Amino acid sequence: MNPHDVVISGIGLVSSLGEGPDAHWQKLVQPRLEPVLDASRFSPYTVHPLPEIDWNLQIAKRGDQRQMETWQRLGTYVAGLALDDAGIKGNDELCATMDMVVAAGGGERDEAVDAAILAASESRNDRDVLLNEKLTTELRPTLFLAQLSNLLAGNISIVHKVTGSSRTFMGEEGAGVAAVETAAARIRSGQSTHILVGGAFQTEHSDMLLGYELAGYLHRGPWRPVWQRQGAEGGGVVTGSGGAFLVLEQREHAESRGRKIYAELGPVLSRRARRRRGELDGEIAMLLKQAALPDGELLAISGASGAHAATAAEKSALEANPAIAARGFSTLTGHMKEAQFPFAVALAALAVDRKAAYPVFDATVEKPFAGVPKTVLATAIGYHQFEGMALIKAA
Amino acid sequence: MANLNDHMGRPIVAVTGIGVVTSLGVGKADNWAALTSGKSGIHPITRFPVDHLNTRISGMVDFLPSSSKGASLLTYELAETAAQEAMSEAGLDAGDFGGPLFLASPPVELDWSERFSLYNSDTHDTGAERLLRVARGLRELDIFETTQFGSIADRLADRFGTRGLPITLSTACASGATAIQLGVEAIRRGECDRALSIGADGSATAEALIRFSLLSALSTHNDIPEKASKPFSKDRDGFVLAEGSGALVLESLEAALARGATILGILRGCGEKADDFHRTRSKPDGSPAIAAVRAALADAGLSEDGIDYVNAHGTSTPENDKMEHLSLSTVFGERISSMPVSSNKSMIGHTLSAAGAVEAAFSLMTMRESVIPPTINYDNPDPAIILDVVPNTKRNAEVDTVLSNSFGFGGQNTCLVMAREPV
Repeated sequence: MNPHDVVISGIGLVSSLGEGPDAHWQKLVQPRLEPVLDASRFSPYTVHPLPEIDWNLQIAKRGDQRQMETWQRLGTYVAGLALDDAGIKGNDELCATMDMVVAAGGGERDEAVDAAILAASESRNDRDVLLNEKLTTELRPTLFLAQLSNLLAGNISIVHKVTGSSRTFMGEEGAGVAAVETAAARIRSGQSTHILVGGAFQTEHSDMLLGYELAGYLHRGPWRPVWQRQGAEGGGVVTGSGGAFLVLEQREHAESRGRKIYAELGPVLSRRARRRRGELDGEIAMLLKQAALPDGELLAISGASGAHAATAAEKSALEANPAIAARGFSTLTGHMKEAQFPFAVALAALAVDRKAAYPVFDATVEKPFAGVPKTVLATAIGYHQFEGMALIKAA
Repeated sequence: MANLNDHMGRPIVAVTGIGVVTSLGVGKADNWAALTSGKSGIHPITRFPVDHLNTRISGMVDFLPSSSKGASLLTYELAETAAQEAMSEAGLDAGDFGGPLFLASPPVELDWSERFSLYNSDTHDTGAERLLRVARGLRELDIFETTQFGSIADRLADRFGTRGLPITLSTACASGATAIQLGVEAIRRGECDRALSIGADGSATAEALIRFSLLSALSTHNDIPEKASKPFSKDRDGFVLAEGSGALVLESLEAALARGATILGILRGCGEKADDFHRTRSKPDGSPAIAAVRAALADAGLSEDGIDYVNAHGTSTPENDKMEHLSLSTVFGERISSMPVSSNKSMIGHTLSAAGAVEAAFSLMTMRESVIPPTINYDNPDPAIILDVVPNTKRNAEVDTVLSNSFGFGGQNTCLVMAREPV
């Protein structure tokens, strides 16, 4: 143990399963838990919808809520849960010195305005003029702020007063990996004592689905567990709304505040396979090698998206090591893009903390894990690009 | 033997390559010539029709092959062009950089031209349903790539052979400075000997212009475009939307000297502080901007009198320039009225995600050339802002240290301190 170790002292989670680490643990340890699905709203796509949320619990001012759309509200809410869990929320001094790295995509566009412009474009050749005409008169001015990637972090500063530093990383799962990796490096080097890191994804909006479907990544037809979508109609990804924020803290700092520590965050690794050159298998193998996995049975919390090529590559790499028992949590939550890696790290930390593994999420593919998980692997192999892993250890 | 570590024992970070593109042209030579002769790159918008628009001018980069191909492709080309210049100045193999990439770039969205063409390639259903159905029939990835936030950096990583997972970031108008800060920090932590930091923004679309316009952020002085951006003037009425890119090759001083590279300047300190007041306005007491400036000075190991020149954020909005003056006068006290403080944005407009990197590039050139670019259009000074803005004409001056400010929408403030020589 080293006083500059990175420990996880706060977890905020929201998914279709509920909110908070306890609720997720309670649900996820139930054998044969059924996912919460909505197959009709965006048919032919299935999504894991948000649970009922009382925004007031983390975003007290209605005015603040009104300035955001669901994505930013969700992220701000989940960040609040993590701050609460770490005993930092409302502590002005700790918030003012707290650093923040948010993994973000973009916010929601106004679907009605877009649809009206598209409909009008069928009968007009001067589409650029049409665009000016409609956007200048029909866009809500504040919607722009709800769309800006860095404004999730901006809202967290405004609502929760986290103001030490604020950085927003973009780039799908890779943004989540880089956010956790950079935050951990800052703490290890003594640049920072406590950092809020995480992201949120709000899939219940057509543009968020379009971001996958322009490359045909979404699964269609009847739902299947994440490992069993090869050969099915569509591209294999079933998305979910949700978010994960972690409070990462220098061990010494957390201990001096007398805080509960869930787990230690060990090495965080990232890579960029040039997939068109067939490098993905090799890069995943290299990540597993770099992670220096401990001997013996190992629980792996996999962020596999279901995307055919990436998920097949990850599955075969994990199965090549008979000691690994993987849990593909997207089966139960759906794919949460930028939030995927922080979510994987959070579930790994919970298992370490509770000294128990999750039961299989998919009995036909995953194998049981009977022991006490002292070290847990978390993965995020991007549906399209970027790869990351981390080891989470008993505190 | 030069001292290789700074006042905190960290590796000193040198700049060995600089690249820049703005509406004034491609490359340092053209930009510097224009900038020091007080020339403006602001011009009437021709990329799209301006019917119904209140603002009809910008600092768009209209002379690149990708200028009419959408935000994603143009942003890539801007980044690549600036990075190529920086790499060749640094004398490095432009296909095998071997260090990490930090890219500040605008958030991406599916361009309207693509939306229109996808939508009108079919007639079934309406709205989003039709778009999704057409999307899943596409057989190539070109359109998809323009909607992925990590794709521009992925292409740049391929192009320049950078190492590891590239980081794409946004801290709004501070993004370019944040990209440099991340590179500096990676070198100081000993994670790498060199890093490539780029800020690039080619996202001046009609929708972007309209969005900023709806927030009343843009100048509407359309009649004489080159006069529209007038930081610190009494009649300033908003910023001018612009495009551009800046790239720096950062290296540990030790590694740079070891390979015999020319040291173009030193990235001496970085500071940041987030604002928790409002989404578009800064805290009335200026405390976050003040804290960011002070943090940068402390990180650089300099006191207030250690700064020779301020490269201002100077957007030409009523709010920013007032607050920037407040924060500078708070930090530097009486001395601020006699310190040169100029705004490159008076000539190039606000290059948004690129601004921090573009202005860092110009700050480094200011020191190397011993010439301070002016704040042009300073014909009607704001009496509430007493600053030496280097009005209208360049000034020859020995400049050893520069503070470059970047204050973003959403409250993200980042300041950089650069020096001509290692200590």
